[in-house]
Amino acid sequence: MAATDVDIFSNEEKRNLNLGGHVGFDSLPDQLVSKSVTQGFCFNILCVGETGIGKSTLMNTLFNTMFENEEASHYQNGVYLRPRTYDLQESNVHLKLTIVDTVGFGDQINKEESYKPIVDYIDTQFENYLQEELKIKRSLFNYHDTRIHICLYFIAPTGHSLKSLDLVTMKKLDSKVNIIPIIAKADTISKSELHKFKIKIMSELVSNGVQIYQFPTDDEAVTEINSSMNAHLPFAVVGSVEEVKVGNKTVRARQYPWGVVQVENESHCDFVKLREMLIRVNMEDLREQTHARHYELYRRCKLEEMGFKDTDPDSQPFSLQETYEAKRKEFLGDLQRKEEEMRQMFVNKVKETEAELKEKERELHEKFEQLKRMHQEEKRKVEEKRRDLEEEMNAFNKRKVAAETLSLSQPLKKDKDRK
Amino acid sequence: MTSSGRFKSRPVKSAVFQEKEYVGFATLPNQVHRKSVKKGFDFTLMVAGESGLGKSTLINSLFLTDLYKDRKLLNAEERISQTVEIIKHTVDIEEKGVKLKLTIVDTPGFGDAVNNTECWKAITDYIEQQFEQYFRDESGLNRKNIQDNRVHCCLYFIPPFGHGLRPVDVEFMKALQDKVNVIPLISKADCLTPAEMKKMKDRVREEIEKFGIKVYQFPDCDSDEDEEMKQQDRELKESAPFAVIGSNTTVEVKGQRMRGRLYPWGIVEVENQSHCDFVKLRNMLIRSHMHDLKDITCDVHYENYRAQCIQQMTSKLTQDSRVESPVPILPLSTPDVETEKLIKMKDEELRRMQEMLQKMQQQMHEQDL
Repeated sequence: MAATDVDIFSNEEKRNLNLGGHVGFDSLPDQLVSKSVTQGFCFNILCVGETGIGKSTLMNTLFNTMFENEEASHYQNGVYLRPRTYDLQESNVHLKLTIVDTVGFGDQINKEESYKPIVDYIDTQFENYLQEELKIKRSLFNYHDTRIHICLYFIAPTGHSLKSLDLVTMKKLDSKVNIIPIIAKADTISKSELHKFKIKIMSELVSNGVQIYQFPTDDEAVTEINSSMNAHLPFAVVGSVEEVKVGNKTVRARQYPWGVVQVENESHCDFVKLREMLIRVNMEDLREQTHARHYELYRRCKLEEMGFKDTDPDSQPFSLQETYEAKRKEFLGDLQRKEEEMRQMFVNKVKETEAELKEKERELHEKFEQLKRMHQEEKRKVEEKRRDLEEEMNAFNKRKVAAETLSLSQPLKKDKDRK
Repeated sequence: MTSSGRFKSRPVKSAVFQEKEYVGFATLPNQVHRKSVKKGFDFTLMVAGESGLGKSTLINSLFLTDLYKDRKLLNAEERISQTVEIIKHTVDIEEKGVKLKLTIVDTPGFGDAVNNTECWKAITDYIEQQFEQYFRDESGLNRKNIQDNRVHCCLYFIPPFGHGLRPVDVEFMKALQDKVNVIPLISKADCLTPAEMKKMKDRVREEIEKFGIKVYQFPDCDSDEDEEMKQQDRELKESAPFAVIGSNTTVEVKGQRMRGRLYPWGIVEVENQSHCDFVKLRNMLIRSHMHDLKDITCDVHYENYRAQCIQQMTSKLTQDSRVESPVPILPLSTPDVETEKLIKMKDEELRRMQEMLQKMQQQMHEQDL
């Protein structure tokens, strides 16, 4: 029987075989690489931080270019997100970079709703991807992935601890996106203060259960550098696009009356570490994590909400497509029923109105008839009166004539009598 | 004495010369000096601003002491819904025989919560309380030992990380401008390069003017002061708002120990005028304008409060008296009632007539049919 054959095959253990010569499938990674290079890469960064904290400057410094952006004002009514997409190229590798800025974050007096626009934006990107995935005719390889791969959270360098807004926002974001907290404008904190500040921040994050992104330590090639970097979180960065001459080199730095802060000097700030981790080592891992962990979590929650389950009441594995089709049919059926109902209602209403109108018409007719009859009646009466009047007139005329003849004959008679 | 009878308008000679025309009231300043040293001075300073902007460090640097030993700072979680507290620290310090009772009013929790609506209310209430207390003491019978707890000056710390004033800054300063002398400061000035500093100061000045915020204005110096003083005065006015840096630690610079901040790329000296405006602030606050701040508090802010208070009290009195007296002062109430009754009656009549009219119309209509 076919079933038992299948069983036999799946129970077989996998055996390791030795190769007698060079086959050549060790070029598979290279093939993959060349395919991705021709396809181009896509990376989306979300920068969350107060106005003026240095988000745009850091992006300019990281990617060594001047992304166009205007200074934001402090007087926005709420937080809104501003995504900008750029096409960058280095050697033969194309990168489609989207930088999303939070404008107005931290400026309002009441910041209770500040995190909402950010969460909504991230969810919308996930939703768009989910919709594309669920389409019947889909083109995922061509799809411009706008899901946020990394959220850089800019912490103000107060030197004490996190702000309450930071804590609240990071808690809302940690299950949706990879968060890397960074200390902005770090040239305002001395070394000893920085050490204490970092410890305080990490302990606050841990004690409040905020899950920030940990650089992966499972790949032997990068495990050493990643685990040492994990210990330096949060990175204290300084950004600058201005160049200052130091010694006989021109480096990107900030010039103060008391010294020059060099951006790429590891003893001045952790910028180099951030760039290393974010771009040179872990960019691909960030994309993977976003897809495998955060997006899957979103997808599961969303589909469960819609009523899908992995197994039906009989514990038979459900096919998503079947369930989806069933749901669609149900939905369409509902729609049709509703349409019918509405049509019925409309017809009923029309009938009612028609009946009313007929009734009114009848009434009007009746009234008309009544009026006509009355009119006839009156006419008759008037006719009668007229006849009466005529008769009277005739009678009167007769009498008049009679009287006249009488009067004519009377005087003769009288004369006769006298004679 | 012969000199007392002759009031000739002669120029006053120095007190050393015991001339016949010398009256001697040129020693009045000395007498004032002596008495005031004996009495001692007091000054109440309020500091306000979000936490982490260096307020405590600046106070320590200004008065060269450590007011904030064993201070407990709250975690971010605890600050989510924190309310503003008012904490007073009083210290007695002495310098060259002059005693100063310094009170620092701290406002922890300001601007730290997630929802900061009206977070300045606690502060304005506190200031008004002090005014009220002084007002009551002043109007009392025994006025020997009045304690003056009125706030003479409020240093407001603006964060340097933004592009200028934020809404909470504007609201706070507007709420306090009529109650206390507000001096805005740009804190943690080692965050800004000189070009950025200039831009920030211009921005803040613009916005202060745009929103009509009345900050403390330095009084013009007298026209007969020498050029140096005038120059200093001008510089002072031009560098407002002051950009300050504070430090609790001392560093060694060129063999000298002074307050500063040590960075890998250099040392920031707190008292170096090219690094920050700390010296200007200190000179203004302590060395030249302390008394002016007190005067303005007494003469302007307190008097405004007092006038307001008295007005409110008198208007309340007249209101109360109107209700209590049996004979109405203004005969507005009774005629109102009468006319209202008339109006009501007329209304009723109108209604009745309308009804009758309707009935008649109906009858006619029926008759017609």
